[in-house]
Amino acid sequence: MAGWLQDNGLLLGLAVLDGLAYAALVFMVAVGLNLVFGVLRIVNVAHGSLFAIGAYTAASLGLFFASQGLPPLAGYFALVLAAALVGALLGPLIERFLLRRIYGHEEVLQLLVTFALFMILEDVQKLVWGVQPVSQDLPMTYLGTIDVPFGDDEIPFTKYQLFVLPGIAVATLVGLALFLRRTLAGRMIVAVTADKEAATAMGIDATRIMLLTFTAGAALAALGGALASPTTSLVPGVGAQTIVLSFAVVATAGLGQIEGAALTSLMMGLGRSVAVYFAPEFEVVVPYLIMVAVLLVRPQGLFGVLETRRV
Amino acid sequence: MIAEGLIALLGAGVLLVAALAIPWLKFVLTIALAKGIAVLGILLLLRAGQVSFGHAMFLATGAYTVAFLAPAMPEALLLIPLGGLFAGLLGLLVGLFVVRYRDIFFGMLNLAISMVLYSLLEKLYHLTKGTDGIRVARATFAGFDLPRETQEWLMFAIALGLAALFGTLVAAYLRSPMGRALAGIKTRETRLEFLGVSARRVLLFAYVASAVMGGIAGTLVALTTRHVTPLLGYWTSSGELVFIAILGGAGSAVGAFLGAVAFELVRVYAAASVADAWQMILGGVLLLVILFAPGGLWGILAGRLKVRA
Repeated sequence: MAGWLQDNGLLLGLAVLDGLAYAALVFMVAVGLNLVFGVLRIVNVAHGSLFAIGAYTAASLGLFFASQGLPPLAGYFALVLAAALVGALLGPLIERFLLRRIYGHEEVLQLLVTFALFMILEDVQKLVWGVQPVSQDLPMTYLGTIDVPFGDDEIPFTKYQLFVLPGIAVATLVGLALFLRRTLAGRMIVAVTADKEAATAMGIDATRIMLLTFTAGAALAALGGALASPTTSLVPGVGAQTIVLSFAVVATAGLGQIEGAALTSLMMGLGRSVAVYFAPEFEVVVPYLIMVAVLLVRPQGLFGVLETRRV
Repeated sequence: MIAEGLIALLGAGVLLVAALAIPWLKFVLTIALAKGIAVLGILLLLRAGQVSFGHAMFLATGAYTVAFLAPAMPEALLLIPLGGLFAGLLGLLVGLFVVRYRDIFFGMLNLAISMVLYSLLEKLYHLTKGTDGIRVARATFAGFDLPRETQEWLMFAIALGLAALFGTLVAAYLRSPMGRALAGIKTRETRLEFLGVSARRVLLFAYVASAVMGGIAGTLVALTTRHVTPLLGYWTSSGELVFIAILGGAGSAVGAFLGAVAFELVRVYAAASVADAWQMILGGVLLLVILFAPGGLWGILAGRLKVRA
């Protein structure tokens, strides 16, 4: 073991740093999915599409700002603006005109409605942004790199991936936890999650809370996409990849668990990036294997709560 | 019941005439029939209130069985049951695990396991040629190496025959005590167990049956398209199968094929006229069906004819 660590410690270190950035992005998407499920009781298959649209919008805005000769800092504004735009426009639109019609329907139908939405949004992306790769990496390149010492060597890492992504993920986690526990709106969300009927009886406008939550979830997905956009070039299909991974995170963490989603994202992000260095063929498989392994032992997920069986 | 059989017969006649009248339609209809067989499996699980977003893995298993074995043993009449067998074995293995879960967890576990298979098909390049896929070697039928046109007709006939066979079996299964027990899982599982029926075993049987049908469907797709890619097993393909089940109407075996034919025709025409928006059109159709015709196409048809499915 010690000998192996001596030989592979460098790779392991690299994998951990890579994994952190990746886990941060996964968390941003999964936490929104989880929040929405908790309140609406709907697993939104189109959540990944919101991630993709957020990413495309951020790239387009960034390119537009750059073409107007605005300073590079405007690129960061573009990321946030994209998330806000997608959340505020698509969120209420989808909740009000589509999801609100199917609350209380069979789960199968709810899943399929969001699957239909996913299919529609996939083509919307193709029609608006085309099928050629879109990329805008200024927010990442502008910050430059930092040399991380590994033994005798120094490996350059982009500061964006090393600090910005994990930083925003942690801020989101802390912010969301405080919001849900300390503010009135947050506590109303928690109340609706726990028992919608009782919450309504207490005078909480559940309809409004659901709209609010879905909008917030959509904005989080879009922010995840926007943050991911500088690190990669965007191609069709990115939404489909993202959603299955965040499903895995949510199911492993337990439905409706925010902190659990963070820990699980970290596990899966690290697991995947370790696999990239040591067994690249299995890179994509790792998150699902973790999920299957966890659910074998804890069927309700790592932090999930068992529901009593109804007779 | 008898009316349902009559409609199925009538439908088979319509497909045959359509395939005769418009030659290229034969290919589309063969694929539609194959998918319909896979959708029958989805139907069984839907009866228990469970939705699998991973059943394309069994379709892919059947298809890759054909692709791997065809060079060594190009006999279609052996490849088809073998594909069903391997998919059934995988179904048993996966089923033993997933039948312990319900609802969202059931759906997501299926999804996760199918993604494992998909990723392996994509990444193990030296075995599967990755996303390029494998070209399926030419198959023989009962030892005869037939000309292309005859082979296409034969595949259509086999698909139609298997569709009829599995359609009848599934209809009989759903009326049997085992089928009723499936519905019991949906309404209230605990009560089923009070009766001394093991819900897990009931679900496992349906799951393995659905896997076999998925595998058979996969072999038909592989033998017809003569090319297999990992995309056959991607989660969106699984979603399509559930889509077809709801489009056709989850209540009836005929609905599965009605849905599959409608789905493939809309797909072909939409893809030909608006290349980048066919998914959007299909998604729109799905939304309309769910919101305004919850019984699916079969529900509309049965309502018109006053048939009880």
